[in-house]
Amino acid sequence: MNTKSRNSTPSSDHAVRCAEPAIPTRRRAFLIIGALLALSLASLALALSIGSVTIPLADIVSALFGEAGDTSSEVVRSLRLPRALAGFACGGLLAIAGALLQVLLRNPLADPYILGISGGAGIGAMFTILFGLGAASVNAGAFLGAFAAMLLVFGLAHGDGSWTRTRLLLTGVIVAAGCGAGVALMLSIAPDNRLRGMLFWLMGDLSQSGEPHLALGVLVAILLVAFPFARELNLLSRGEDIARTLGVRVAFLRRGVYFTASLATATAVTLAGSIGFIGLIVPHLVRLASGNDQRILLPASALAGGSLLLIADTLARAVIAPRQLPVGVLTALIGVPVFLFLLARDSRPKH
Amino acid sequence: MSETPLLEARKLAVEIGGHSICRDFDFSLYPGDRLGILGCNGAGKSTLLSVLAGLRLPQAGEVLIDGKRYDTLGPRKSARIRGWLPQIHGDAFTATVLETALIGRHPHLGRWDWESEEDIRIARDALTAVGLAGIEQRDIQSLSGGERQRLAIAAMLAQSPCLFLLDEPIAYLDLKHQIAMLDLFSKAARENGAALVMVLHEPGMAWRYCSRVLMIHGDGTTTQGSAREMLTADRLSSLYSYPLELLENRGRVGFIPK
Repeated sequence: MNTKSRNSTPSSDHAVRCAEPAIPTRRRAFLIIGALLALSLASLALALSIGSVTIPLADIVSALFGEAGDTSSEVVRSLRLPRALAGFACGGLLAIAGALLQVLLRNPLADPYILGISGGAGIGAMFTILFGLGAASVNAGAFLGAFAAMLLVFGLAHGDGSWTRTRLLLTGVIVAAGCGAGVALMLSIAPDNRLRGMLFWLMGDLSQSGEPHLALGVLVAILLVAFPFARELNLLSRGEDIARTLGVRVAFLRRGVYFTASLATATAVTLAGSIGFIGLIVPHLVRLASGNDQRILLPASALAGGSLLLIADTLARAVIAPRQLPVGVLTALIGVPVFLFLLARDSRPKH
Repeated sequence: MSETPLLEARKLAVEIGGHSICRDFDFSLYPGDRLGILGCNGAGKSTLLSVLAGLRLPQAGEVLIDGKRYDTLGPRKSARIRGWLPQIHGDAFTATVLETALIGRHPHLGRWDWESEEDIRIARDALTAVGLAGIEQRDIQSLSGGERQRLAIAAMLAQSPCLFLLDEPIAYLDLKHQIAMLDLFSKAARENGAALVMVLHEPGMAWRYCSRVLMIHGDGTTTQGSAREMLTADRLSSLYSYPLELLENRGRVGFIPK
């Protein structure tokens, strides 16, 4: 390991870290957010360009902003753009929900699905697919299921009014397990012609995602609402009593975090099913790269999560085209090695 | 005394899990006062301290800081008056030493503020005061127990409260740092008019650093008085249910188990 850092050039990240200590400043936040914005735009360009016909970048720009009415601009505008935006919104929402729940539960292993929201959505969606109620009602069923699970967990965990972390976590895990059994039951009695659609929904799939604008709006609204509380979230991640003695209204903040994270998860799951991995891994990726300050972590997670899901979905469409892979498989295939690489790099001795 | 006490308890009754810690408990703490809380394990020292910090509600009575109740002041104003040093537990997430010291500045910053150069200077000074200068960028998860304890003290110094509620402030510390940290708090009391409440397990340290002592007997009764009056071999032997004897050397006092 030492040999490796001796051989590295002076401009390696190690040297940069020493020269610029991680002090939370606006400038540092702008640099990180700026870099991730560039990554988001690049992944968006990639998603719009790659597909059954490859469309060069110049044509994409003219398709988006010009008057052109040819086939390629039609493909970009009405097929690829909505799906790309839906993917981005989903990834961003899942990553932000993961980051928020990791703080709420003070548990690095928390992900958006840990409290049973996706389980509830799964039951709702499976029910509508099983009874063939049509594509639009799948979304409605998923959202209703997610909402019901959120209220159920909140009500049960609230119990005697204590609402402790352990109680919340256990309640969520149990409700999620119950939902999992319900989903398995419906899968086992489903006729063969419905099974494939049900499985794709469960693995996460953007091909049926529909209108992305509402989800994008929710993503922006959540960022705007959460950001002013980001420094208080930093304190919450250190412990509830410490946060309280430093001036945080903990009970109010925790309820807000719970409902915000639930709304983000429910929106993402309704749009694209239970896409795994983004919500767990993206906050950790951002933490490894830029520290655990929520003022940077929340917006950075949204952008990184959106980009990662967009890239994964582009690959899911392209790898064995014209057939498509479920995007949830690709997020894991990309996320796992990147995460392991960062983890190994981070355990290198410093200074 | 005409000035407002920094900390006042009126007719306080505290229980935990059906076990009574104190009843009809009254006391006032003025600037410069240093109160030591002594008692056996499980007597309720930390519980009482968290009631005094406004983290738990008492079963009866009220706690006033600077003449006002916690719910009247609100969390933010309270945080600029009282600091609370808990017994340390593990950290769930990584953070640097400097970031951790900076959390003390939270009650002094507005919602949209970021830590200023001045805040960073205050945090660095606090780290220097507890002997942690030079490791600002270390990950807190790589610190030893004693270093983590001193870092928690640094965050509290950065908070700059005038009422220090300290739960075993010298746990995990070596002798040199025990003296250094208690000197630091005494200096805050002497020079800045702060008031201290500290849970201690070492009567010799209470003798050296406390002006007053509160003993929690664990059966709902408490006794309090000046340190000289309370810290006798007889009283301590009965408090800890173990015979102790007092050794004195050049004005320093130690209590030795027989």
